[in-house]
Amino acid sequence: MAKSVVIYSTTTCPFCIRAKQYLKDNNIQFQDIDVSENHEKAQEMIKKSGQMGVPVIEIDGQIIVGFDKEKIKEVLGL
Amino acid sequence: MVYDLIIIGAGPAGITAAVYAARKRMNFIVITNDIGGQTGWSGEIENYTGYQFITGPDLVNKFEEHMRQYNVIVKENEQAEEVKRAGDNIKVKTSKGEYEAKSLIIASGKVSRQLGVPGEKEFKNKGLTYCATCDGPLFSGKNVAVIGGGNSALDAALQLVKIAKHVYVINITSSLGGDAVMREKVEANDKATVLNDSQVTAIYGDKFVNGIGIKRAGKEEKIAAEGVFVEIGLLPNSSFAGEVERNERGEIKINVKNETNIPGVFAAGDVTDVPDKQIVIAAGEGSKAALQAFKYLNKIR
Repeated sequence: MAKSVVIYSTTTCPFCIRAKQYLKDNNIQFQDIDVSENHEKAQEMIKKSGQMGVPVIEIDGQIIVGFDKEKIKEVLGL
Repeated sequence: MVYDLIIIGAGPAGITAAVYAARKRMNFIVITNDIGGQTGWSGEIENYTGYQFITGPDLVNKFEEHMRQYNVIVKENEQAEEVKRAGDNIKVKTSKGEYEAKSLIIASGKVSRQLGVPGEKEFKNKGLTYCATCDGPLFSGKNVAVIGGGNSALDAALQLVKIAKHVYVINITSSLGGDAVMREKVEANDKATVLNDSQVTAIYGDKFVNGIGIKRAGKEEKIAAEGVFVEIGLLPNSSFAGEVERNERGEIKINVKNETNIPGVFAAGDVTDVPDKQIVIAAGEGSKAALQAFKYLNKIR
């Protein structure tokens, strides 16, 4: 079954753009949450990741901070 | 295994060197923290020939695609920690292992300069950030401090006044630097307070940042802020380079052939003392370094 992938991002952050492009290139469906628009979700991201940097990627409950390509690959089994 | 070449860094210089090395069929690897380097952080690029306009992330994607076309071995998320001579070869110790090659290109670029005060490391990404463009929007409605007085600090301040409750600009010199246009905009903004002659002494917080300590006119003060944006410039990422000769700014000294003081060790791009730091220059320097490395390998063979 496809894994649930959520990315917390801002529209201006270069690594968010690259992370989303990477997921698209690998045909991974994901939910994109713009934390600059959504205050509640921003708090949720901070609580889940224990930090304030974007992007934060959540794959089936597992939190990846930053555009850590190797970690994403590993968790998604790419 | 002893490689022909190791390239440290995958910004414009390192990636271009990799493309050239691949086309010369050299046996090489690229060791890098990230792909793209500073280019990845750039918003709009209008001076890279062939593109009248391209964003930093898009140009990095183009660079990466170009390099990957040659099935280059790229060791990502790996930091070079030490470069040393091993007989006629060069050894590179990294955060994950050790590699040996007959030649080396250092194209490690620049990194954000750090404050070097207590609390900076602990609160990195916990309110303290080096990228206002990335993380700025998370501080909407909060008090924030921008550390620095040059263009990058002013740029961050002007982005943040649109989002934050109040922006303190902490400047160590007696007046702001940077372009007059930006300086005037910051000084005229009700939501920004410029504190000159102010030195940051500490970053405070519990789980996240809640304030900064500054020393102003000999007096210690504490300013309540939930966000701290460090914008005090960039430093050459050359601390691992050991015996490689550097200038007083920490830039690796090279000649017109990209040679350093160590035979077989070349350098390219923003980490070097090349006068101008531009994407197109870094790319050009990367190609020069790879071609020189190729000639060097033929000579020692």
